[in-house]
Amino acid sequence: MNLWVLSGILVMVAGFALKVNPLLVVLLAAAASGLTAGLDPLALIAAFGKAFNETRYVTAIWLVLPVIGLLERHGLQERAREFIEGMKGATLPRLLTGYLLLRQLISALGLTTVAGQAQTVRPLLAPMALAAANPESEDEAERVKAMAAATDNVGLFFGEDIFIAIGSILLMKGFLEQQGIVLAPFDLSVWAIPTAFAAFAIHSLRLWRFGRRHQR
Amino acid sequence: MIGLPFVYWVAGLVFAASGALSARDASNPKRWVNAAFWALLAFSMFAGDWLGDLGNGALVIVLVVVAAFGGLGRATVLDDTAERQDRAARHGNRLFLLALVIPATALIGTLAFKSLPEVVDAKQVTLVSLALGALLALGIGLVWLRDTPVSAMQEGRRLLDALSWAAILPQMLASLGVVFGLAGLGKVIGTLMSGVIPDGSRLGAVLAYGLGMALFTMVMGNAFAAFPVMAAAIGLPLLIQQYHGDPAVVAAVGMLCGFCGTLMTPMAANFNIVPAALLELKDRNAVVKMQVPTALPLLAFNIALLYWAAFR
Repeated sequence: MNLWVLSGILVMVAGFALKVNPLLVVLLAAAASGLTAGLDPLALIAAFGKAFNETRYVTAIWLVLPVIGLLERHGLQERAREFIEGMKGATLPRLLTGYLLLRQLISALGLTTVAGQAQTVRPLLAPMALAAANPESEDEAERVKAMAAATDNVGLFFGEDIFIAIGSILLMKGFLEQQGIVLAPFDLSVWAIPTAFAAFAIHSLRLWRFGRRHQR
Repeated sequence: MIGLPFVYWVAGLVFAASGALSARDASNPKRWVNAAFWALLAFSMFAGDWLGDLGNGALVIVLVVVAAFGGLGRATVLDDTAERQDRAARHGNRLFLLALVIPATALIGTLAFKSLPEVVDAKQVTLVSLALGALLALGIGLVWLRDTPVSAMQEGRRLLDALSWAAILPQMLASLGVVFGLAGLGKVIGTLMSGVIPDGSRLGAVLAYGLGMALFTMVMGNAFAAFPVMAAAIGLPLLIQQYHGDPAVVAAVGMLCGFCGTLMTPMAANFNIVPAALLELKDRNAVVKMQVPTALPLLAFNIALLYWAAFR
């Protein structure tokens, strides 16, 4: 067993701890694990380049930014605040819990990229959360925005696996099939339901307590 | 047939416009660094398929050198809050309508294009619909709000500059995962993990599998990378074959233990680091810190569920 290939992980941890530019850390980690595994340097660069080219869809999501920027220029965030301030009973926990539930339900239908950090959190949810919380300090505003982002992630992760054709379900089905265990996607996705309820319960309890500390 | 190349062209145009506008921005002392970074990214979107593997590898290295040693600057866009409030009052709720055009088009497109495989690549319906939604919202927005494409691109550049290098970190980490796989990292970790379980302990095996999924996901930044490793090391040989656990529960709940790990790691950059940049938070890890108190009790729930439900 070649333990040297673990050097890539050490590079990642050390690089993040020393606050080296993360892009550089990723390249160095790839070099450390790849070279100690005996890959030829040129083959290693080619392998990284191929993977980079095939995962461009991850970065292509930023094509939504000009529209969101345009809407912000015309007052989207200000409007979102006014809207929430005009609503009676729009407390921070109610707003975020409602979003959590909606995000889980939509993700469970397989529509994972309909909402997201760029699509909905930055333009809508974060300004609405700020308006509902009316934070007194910048630190408090940071925490409210971070909680809005966290709520989107929790809703996505613990909703999507209920959908039968999502990547992770297909990955599990493929893995088990290679081991001679044949399951329908539904057998797997039904086991995501208890955790979806638990995630909703735990996170909305946290939102309620968070709201008591941050409510105006 | 419309597929990913269309999406890459739209994204490439956005990055190219940001590069050109950066080059002309005399108020940014690092304007040439920003221009080079966004132009290289545009080049990758337009020409990536013709560059070859080695060419793409060289492109990545140049991109990283520019970002790490050049140091990206920021667009200084005039921020007139009073004027924005004025405009907000004038436009009213139609701003929300425009903001909802993107998700609505993505939703309708995803459902509608599935039955039109000759028009839109069936595997890419959501991404294609998302790009169409962005274009549609931009078109309606420019007419409705009476603004110019250049100011939309300036605003896009402002947001891209706020993201800075974090814009490509998720793509870099995905590529790193592939290289880690080639290097055989997963097998080594799997072998090490299976060595720490006490013999004959079903609870020990469940704990090692659940915690291992979360920890290895934190290292790799991705539960998809962790699952085949931990399932092959512990899930399959011990939980399923030796202790006769239900394979559906072992696989599904194991994956969810991994998702708890995703909430707790800066390595899952697109969920944890990118939002911090997008929301302009001072602390890069603010979102991770906010998620840990949800992730830990949920991980405990998942491990308990695994223990009870797999061995009913």
